[in-house]
Amino acid sequence: MIKQIAVFLENKEGRASACCKVLKDAGVNLYALSIADTKDFGIMRIITEDNAKALRALKDAGFLSSEVELVGMEVPDRAGALAELLIALGDNDINVEYMYSYAGVDGHAKIAFKTSMPEKAIEILKKQGVTLI
Amino acid sequence: MQYFQKELETMSADQKKVLQSERLVKMVKYVYENQKPYRAKMDAIKLKPDDIKSIDDIYKLPYTVKQDLRDAYPFGMMARPMRDLVRLHASSATTGKLTVAGYTQNDIDVWGECAARSLVMAGADENSVVHVAYGYGLFTGGLGMHYGVEKMGACVVPASAGNTQKQIQLITDFGADIICCTPSYIIYLAEEFEKMGLKPGVDLKLKGGVFGAEAWSENMRADIEKRLGIRACDIYGLSEIAGPGVACDCEFKSGMHFQDDHFYPEIVDVDTLEPLPYGESGELVITTLTKEGMPLLRYRTRDIASLNADPCPCGRTTIKLNKITGRSDDMLIIRGVNVFPSQIESVLLRNSDVAPHYHINVDRVNNLDTMEIVVELSPAISIDEVGHVEEIRKKLTADMASALSVSAKITLVSPGSVARSEGKAKRITDNRKL
Repeated sequence: MIKQIAVFLENKEGRASACCKVLKDAGVNLYALSIADTKDFGIMRIITEDNAKALRALKDAGFLSSEVELVGMEVPDRAGALAELLIALGDNDINVEYMYSYAGVDGHAKIAFKTSMPEKAIEILKKQGVTLI
Repeated sequence: MQYFQKELETMSADQKKVLQSERLVKMVKYVYENQKPYRAKMDAIKLKPDDIKSIDDIYKLPYTVKQDLRDAYPFGMMARPMRDLVRLHASSATTGKLTVAGYTQNDIDVWGECAARSLVMAGADENSVVHVAYGYGLFTGGLGMHYGVEKMGACVVPASAGNTQKQIQLITDFGADIICCTPSYIIYLAEEFEKMGLKPGVDLKLKGGVFGAEAWSENMRADIEKRLGIRACDIYGLSEIAGPGVACDCEFKSGMHFQDDHFYPEIVDVDTLEPLPYGESGELVITTLTKEGMPLLRYRTRDIASLNADPCPCGRTTIKLNKITGRSDDMLIIRGVNVFPSQIESVLLRNSDVAPHYHINVDRVNNLDTMEIVVELSPAISIDEVGHVEEIRKKLTADMASALSVSAKITLVSPGSVARSEGKAKRITDNRKL
């Protein structure tokens, strides 16, 4: 499982950069970033090298932020690899709330996703022979 | 300490009526002789001071409105020459001229006694350290409570408003057990205490407070009492009559004890100005019974409230003023519907996903009023999905529409982003051009 930090961002100029600056000042390195946005607000999801430190810095700076657990997996670098895994999850009624990828250094794409049934998802992915993170 | 002035605070209804009648008769003669605007008003309706024989005749007297005071700016309403006045207060100049109030030494003493009665109701005694975080100055909050504390022989910390970090240091280091400030500021302080890890009962000795100068709700009271473990009393006052202390909650909080040996309250219909019976909501009207510097007859406060005469377990026998539900002049009319900020506050306090900090933006788009309520998310919630925020927003939109009978756009913002005020909260921006 991967620990992710979700940050609520108002739809105002400079909020994302203010958030990143807090992390810069705290000296926290980002591994992954994804933003879900609507007309009125956004949610920035990040995976960092030191979540505890990042969370403390964000909260101190007044950002509404919280830590959430995601299922993480490595997907082989070939066409259709992700589709096969998602089909396997879907066949077992595992609903993926959201997901995003981040680059691996070893030729594997890393995927993190949120589900309400992480244990079951992990079990299914193991059967598929996937490397979990 | 149970009462500050037992005899006056617990007199029987009959005694009270005799006292009020004597005082009103004297007052009417006094204003007729000493205040030109009243002589003119009374002459205009052919009312002679002799026509007022008891408190039951009060309805015959003319009303006074804020504009009368502005017209008399600065000293036309004073019943005494400057050599008899010892203090001037003035209310904030949001529209036009200031409203000035002049006090004699006796007025200051009476006000101090009323403020002292209020402090005792909040749980203060001679050993108390009372932290006054109302602003000191033309605004009556600071000085009003200050004189009350001294009058009862407790110890006052005249912190005044602003500089929250210093306030917190004073409250903790001096061991204040009673605090006086606006309700929005005590909530702000409670947040700061929580952030700093200061625990009620351990790091803080606070046991009671009087909070006024703004309308606030019962839910807000419950929130303050729970967070700080204190008795939160609503206190009422206005500079034209006397500052804080005109009325205040006792421990039973069944309406604010109105100091009706000095100030006589009535509730009247906002449109017809007909007096309303106890329990009915309307505009609070006050007649001063003992004031010397600037007595006022049937002063229309613009505050909307009701009165109750229910016996109080505390033993005080005054009429009680139920919570102010709004002001007839900061009441918003949105698409023909009356909206009070206190209604919005109640909805927010019932929803744990949001904080009771909000700002109302009113505008008119294509001849239609629009209302946006900007609300802070609670710092305690955890959000990682867009849908979750939408759910909170939808629920709040529905709850608000049912409470206000008019729809409002809800905008959710980060904790701490709605501007906090250290005095009267400014919660409304009205951009309608009428």
